[in-house]
Amino acid sequence: MNWHGIRAIYRFEMARTFRTITQSIASPVLSTSLYFVVFGAAIGSRMGAIDGISYGAFIIPGLIMLSLLNESISNASFGIYMPKWSGTIYELLSAPVSAMETVIGYVGAAATKSLMLGVLILITARLFVPYEVVHPFWMIGFLLLTAVTFSLFGFIIGLWADDWQKLQVIPLMIVTPMTFLGGAFYSINMLPPLWQKITLFNPVVYLISGFRWSFYGTADVSIIVSISAIVGFLIACLIAVWWIFRTGWKLKT
Amino acid sequence: MSPIISIRGISKTYASGFQALKSIDLDIRRGEIFALLGPNGAGKTTLINIICGIANASSGSVLADGHDTVRDFRAARSMIGLVPQELATDAFECVLATLKFSRGLFGKPPNPAHLEKVLRALSLWDRRNSKIMTLSGGMKRRVLIAKALSHEPQILFLDEPTAGVDVELRRDMWQMVRELRASGVTIILTTHYIEEAEEMADRIGVISKGELILVEDKDVLMRKLGKKQLTLQLQTPLAAIPESLAGLPLELADEGNTLIYTFDTQSEQTGIAALLRKLSDQGIDFKDLHSSESSLEDIFVNLVHGGKNGAGA
Repeated sequence: MNWHGIRAIYRFEMARTFRTITQSIASPVLSTSLYFVVFGAAIGSRMGAIDGISYGAFIIPGLIMLSLLNESISNASFGIYMPKWSGTIYELLSAPVSAMETVIGYVGAAATKSLMLGVLILITARLFVPYEVVHPFWMIGFLLLTAVTFSLFGFIIGLWADDWQKLQVIPLMIVTPMTFLGGAFYSINMLPPLWQKITLFNPVVYLISGFRWSFYGTADVSIIVSISAIVGFLIACLIAVWWIFRTGWKLKT
Repeated sequence: MSPIISIRGISKTYASGFQALKSIDLDIRRGEIFALLGPNGAGKTTLINIICGIANASSGSVLADGHDTVRDFRAARSMIGLVPQELATDAFECVLATLKFSRGLFGKPPNPAHLEKVLRALSLWDRRNSKIMTLSGGMKRRVLIAKALSHEPQILFLDEPTAGVDVELRRDMWQMVRELRASGVTIILTTHYIEEAEEMADRIGVISKGELILVEDKDVLMRKLGKKQLTLQLQTPLAAIPESLAGLPLELADEGNTLIYTFDTQSEQTGIAALLRKLSDQGIDFKDLHSSESSLEDIFVNLVHGGKNGAGA
C-alpha cells in the first residue's frame, strides 16, 4: 500500500475543504438551520406530532440526511472532477497509486467532510429543537455508511462528468427530488396507499427511515431492509469504481 | 548495460480510428539525455503518456528498469517523473504544498530539505508560499519541474519543457538538465526547437506520423551531416567545371552561374583558400560569396518531409 500517497490525497482534499470553509461547511449548516427555524420552531408548533414525535424533532434525521447526501455527492464529485478539468489529473494517473488508494484518499476526505457537517448540524439542531437519540451507536453507523456510500457515488459522478453541467445534473435533477420525496418532512404512512407503494422505489426512503429509527426507535420500513439497501448501493458503487479504473473509462485516452 | 527504458511494439489507435503510433521500438540508455524530435501531432506526447500511464497502448509493452509499466506499475512509476507540456497546476494551492502533495503521491516520506533544495535550484524558494495562480507562466513551468523533481525520479520526462519560455530561463533549464544528468538521472525530452536538441541531447530520435524514423547519437548525426557549403555567384556563367578543378567537391548550379563547394566542418583544412587561389589562377571571377552550415534542422526537415539526402538512416 502507498500510504504516503493516500495521505497526500486526503490532506490535499481536506486542505481544499478548509480553504473554502464558508462555502463547504458554514453555508450548509446555515441553510439547514433555517429549516429548523422555519419548520421546527415556527410552523412545527402548529403541526401535529407524527408517531408521537413532535414535528420539529421528526424532521431532524431527514434534514441531516438531506445535507449529508448533497454534500457527500458534491464534495466527492468536485474533488475528482476538478483535476480532470484543470489537467492536473496527469499526476494522479502517472503516480504509483492504485485505484483503491485513490478512492480511499478522495472518498475518505469527502466522507470526513460530510461527517463533520452532519455532526455540526446535529449540534446546531439541538439549539432549536429538543431531540433524543435512542440508538446512538446505530446513528453513528448510519451517518458513516451514508457518508461513505454517497461520497463514492459522487466520486463516480465526478469521473463520469466531462463538463460542469453534467456535474450538477444528477445531484440537482435526481438526488434532490429523491431526498425531498424520501420522507424527510413526512412519514410515508401519511401518503395515499398507491404512493406508499411507489415511494418504496426511492432508495432515500430507506436511508431516512433507518436514520430516524436510530433517533426515535420508530421506522417506516424495517431496519434490516434499510441497512441492506444502503449496503447494496455501496456494493454497486464499488463495482462501478472498480470497472472505471480497470478500463480507464473517461480517465485515460 | 541494460537500457533503463525498453519500448517494444508500442502502437496506439484512438477510438476515432486515428493511428497515433505505429509499432514503436526504442531503448533509452541509462543516464543519457534523449531528445525526441517531431512536428506537432507526430506522436511524441502520446508515446510519453503511454510510458507514464496516462494513456493506454493499443499493443506493445514498456519496461522501466525491468518493470512492466502496466503489470508492475508501482515499481515502474515510482522512478519516473513527468513534466507535462500543458501548464496544468492547482491554481489555488501554494507552491510548497503542491510539492509536498507530489512527493507523497509518489510514495516518498516527507523530506523538507530535499524540497528546499529543489525550490532553490529553480529560484522558487522565495515564492514557496505563493498561490500558483499568482505566478507567471515561466514560474508555473518551473513549479511543474519542481513537482516532478520532488519525488527524486531516476527517469525524467520533459515534454516541451521550454515552450513559451524566455531565452534566459531556457538557458537556466538547460543548465539544470545537465546537472540532473550529472547526478545520474536519465532524461527524455521532446521538443520542436531543434536548437535545444542540438545543444542538449546525447542521442536523438525523430518521430513523424507515428513512426520512429531515426535514432542516432547526436555527434554521429552531426558528423554525417555536418557539411558546410560555400556558394559563389560567378561573374560569367561556366558551361562545365574546369579540368584543373576536377576532383574537388564542386558542383555547378543555376545554369552555371553558381559554383557550390561542399566541405567538412570537422576537418582541419577546409580547402577554401586553395580553392580561391585556383579560381584566381583560372581567371574565374565571382561577385558574391556566402557559406552556410547544414544544421540538425536541415536533417530534420529532410527526414520529416521525406527528403533522401538526410541522415542516411
